[in-house]
Amino acid sequence: MKEFRYIDGAAILKLNEEACVGCGNCVTVCPHRIFALHDKKAGIVDYDACMECGACANNCPVAAIYVNPDDGCGCAAYIINSWISKVTGKRVNMFNN
Amino acid sequence: MPGYTVNPFVDGFQETPAGPVPRVKTSLGPADHLGTIRARTGIAGNQYKINPGLYCAGNPSSHSPVLVTANYKLSFDSLRKELSNLDAWILVADTRGINVWCAAGKKTFSADEIALQVKRAKLSAIVSHRQLILPQFAAIGVAAHTLQKKCGFNGVFGPLRAADIPRFMKNGRQADEPMRTVTFTVTERSLLVPVEICMLWKVFFLVVPGLFILSGIGPDIFSFKACVERGLTAVGATVTAILAGSMLTPILLPWIPGRQFWLKGLLTGGVMGLAFIFLVNDQAGVMEKGSLWLWVVAIASYTGMNFTGATPFTSLSGVEKEMQRGLPVQFGGALLAIVLWIVAPFVN
Repeated sequence: MKEFRYIDGAAILKLNEEACVGCGNCVTVCPHRIFALHDKKAGIVDYDACMECGACANNCPVAAIYVNPDDGCGCAAYIINSWISKVTGKRVNMFNN
Repeated sequence: MPGYTVNPFVDGFQETPAGPVPRVKTSLGPADHLGTIRARTGIAGNQYKINPGLYCAGNPSSHSPVLVTANYKLSFDSLRKELSNLDAWILVADTRGINVWCAAGKKTFSADEIALQVKRAKLSAIVSHRQLILPQFAAIGVAAHTLQKKCGFNGVFGPLRAADIPRFMKNGRQADEPMRTVTFTVTERSLLVPVEICMLWKVFFLVVPGLFILSGIGPDIFSFKACVERGLTAVGATVTAILAGSMLTPILLPWIPGRQFWLKGLLTGGVMGLAFIFLVNDQAGVMEKGSLWLWVVAIASYTGMNFTGATPFTSLSGVEKEMQRGLPVQFGGALLAIVLWIVAPFVN
């Protein structure tokens, strides 16, 4: 998706290359194609294209990838509600906001 | 069985060692299209689902591939309509009627859920191989490498889009880069517009009475004439803003300068706001026109920003960042617009 770029430097994504076993799962699952394998190690080739979906981390067998764990594929209204819920302690229903 | 009806998308049953499996039609009928419209406009709410479990397409054997999907009817439809030249099993996970990507994001579409459906369907008695083809979008929720231990089947990620399934199968179950890359075409964006707008109805009907009441306030304390005339203008500005933020911004997304959605909405709202004050109501004074313009800009910026939730490329961290910048501007703009709107009749 080269025609759409979002805010640079915002995504929370960390790859521990030492722990990487080179299975290539992250390369397969990333919908933005930001990983590549070199010498049996995964590397991030397009960090700013990351949308923090978390597919790579979920499919890494050695937990070498860390992605923003906040569960937030939501619209602005949902995020506002989740900010409010942090204050009030009430749970947010994704589909009734 | 008494009391049961056969779903309109089922055209027969395939006998298997584990009992009959419903065979689905691979073309969509009028009922499917009507349902699609209901789902796309939000009329169907969150209740557009089918029963989870095993289905099939064509005349599958024990060697036929098993394709996994969600039990949101639109996900299921988009898969089965690609299977007209394929004999395949379709394993539908119970994702509570949510699409593949969002259900995986909320972890209802998981390896555990797939394993449960594999066992429930007695899949190992039906097919001789041990492979499940998963939608790539399920990867957020499904850790494919854990499936083997949970149910004896291996998970292989197929393409992102069901439309690429035939090509994927022809390629020897290999996905190329385009199949693995998310897109956000003008068609895909346009399909999201109705739901974006329909989600605003509730707020819209809460705001409209308020606008009419505020519009009636003036030197005569309350003027019914002003309430109707100025009220309609204010509602017109609100509609313009929603069209700018929830329709034009999504459709024109890549061509509107900037990366942050609140700014894209702001720009679109700025232009549409200008058009609105030029086209409507010559009698309005400078203060009223300024108020209307600000109102359109603020609301369009917010509704434009809200579209981040529907795109396949915005990160949560990025959205939170831009919301921290956008919200004060939007809130301040809207507030100033309201103040100017109330003050204007006293000044004239």
